[in-house]
Amino acid sequence: MNAFEDIGGVVVQQFAYVGGLTDQFWSGLRALPRVLPFIGRRGRWQTSVRQMAAIGVAALPMLGIMAICAGMILALQGGAELRRFGALRYVIDLVAVGFTRELGPLLTAIVVSGRSGSAFSAEIGTMMVTNEIDALRVMALDPIEFVLAPKYLAAIIMVPCLTVMCNVFGITAGAGFMYLSTKMTFGIYLRYVFDSIVLRDVLSGLVKSLAFATIIVQVGCMEGFKVQGGPEAVGRATTSAVVKSTFLVILADLFFTAIFYLAGWQ
Amino acid sequence: MAEPIIAVRDLSVAYEGHQVLDRVSLDIQPNEIMVLLGGSGSGKSTLLRHIIGLEQPDSGTVLVRGVDINRCSPKDLKDVRRSMGVAFQEAALFSSLSTEENVGLPLRELTSLAEPVIEIMIYMKLAVVGLAEARKLMPFELSGGMKKRAAVARAIALDPEILVFDEPSAGLDPIVSAELDHLILSLKQAFNMTILVVTHEITSAFRIADRMAMLCNGSLIAVEDKESFKASTDPHIRQFLDRIPDDITETAAVQEHLRELAGMTRGKS
Repeated sequence: MNAFEDIGGVVVQQFAYVGGLTDQFWSGLRALPRVLPFIGRRGRWQTSVRQMAAIGVAALPMLGIMAICAGMILALQGGAELRRFGALRYVIDLVAVGFTRELGPLLTAIVVSGRSGSAFSAEIGTMMVTNEIDALRVMALDPIEFVLAPKYLAAIIMVPCLTVMCNVFGITAGAGFMYLSTKMTFGIYLRYVFDSIVLRDVLSGLVKSLAFATIIVQVGCMEGFKVQGGPEAVGRATTSAVVKSTFLVILADLFFTAIFYLAGWQ
Repeated sequence: MAEPIIAVRDLSVAYEGHQVLDRVSLDIQPNEIMVLLGGSGSGKSTLLRHIIGLEQPDSGTVLVRGVDINRCSPKDLKDVRRSMGVAFQEAALFSSLSTEENVGLPLRELTSLAEPVIEIMIYMKLAVVGLAEARKLMPFELSGGMKKRAAVARAIALDPEILVFDEPSAGLDPIVSAELDHLILSLKQAFNMTILVVTHEITSAFRIADRMAMLCNGSLIAVEDKESFKASTDPHIRQFLDRIPDDITETAAVQEHLRELAGMTRGKS
């Protein structure tokens, strides 16, 4: 009986968590227009721009190196197998399609989750501990609009941009591999790349990246808003934000990949 | 007697089976300084959080300017909050904003005043608390007393009718603490504010209070003017005023633990 109660308790907890996330997501979505330039409240857009620099620009060097490494690994692994069938040229398809549809969005989400998702939860968690969130509420300011919405806007702009950059770096790494193994020039490589991918490959990757950005911001902020107690609670929230957002990103990836497969996009 | 500006009616709050507030009722009149006293764990911070609308009670009501803040519309709650300034114990200044940006935040967010007017108002509010020269400093560059004064400047930015202080003297030396008391009295005189101060500093409480209320184990045991409070014969109030410690070794749990420890020592020898 106790085991049933425990399982039931965990299930109810998870439903409550998802319910809380959904509620926060809608509140964040409703608050988005107030963060936009010209029509939003003064100062909010500048906060969003600062967040864009933190989420996007600052992450680019690290993401670039990771994408080049992942692109090279994919090309090496694929090349080792395809070479046996005399089909080394198909490494280009593997890298181009793999990155645009899958690896680009996923790698970007993992980097943003580790860098920015943890930063969101640490920042908001610290604001909870120091009563800054309470101070906002007693000043009749909505913490969702004031704290979450600028981050959300920044993420849904920057994560797709980073995904495109990740695709570019990854595919360029494939060019390096092809040059070293077959002396294929960059121009020919690019022509094969454009032959192998279609617009919907890029679009499906960008749709995924939007969903991943939403997950990372909502989970990171929610873990921050849940902080109670002292600095150790902030540390726990930070870890939890990265673990939960990475887990949910992979679940969402599976969900979207299945949808695109069933819809005949892949 | 005038209609109370804050009326707490039969407020009860329990956390995980522990009764923190038990049917607390308290009226705060306009333009008075009410000091809420109580020892650690007496429930005074919980009562304060309910009065400023940060928590939902299990039962009872909190009326601010006649509005039930737990059952009113979001617009009414916003109006009530705009009429109330809160200076938190740890100041709660936004660490990413300078002192003047902290004070200007409610002005920029909640009013449509022009930027030059806002800048003049920020200067005036900071001048009232004696921080005009420190307006460019970031919160981490301010001392404990300066942070609290900056929090007061932010709390009075919108000229609220009600000002709430959570432990204003906590962690401050006696001189800075006296300066803050002087500031609280000046604010009441200059702006006709209703002020609620939650504290356990007796000296400070007697210096500023018009009336005093005392919480003990979640119940309100006295609401009196400060002379009557000082002369009270209630054993809890006397213990608090005369600084008589509880004998913590008298509790059954401690006695039991001490007996266990003594048994272990005898067993080893």
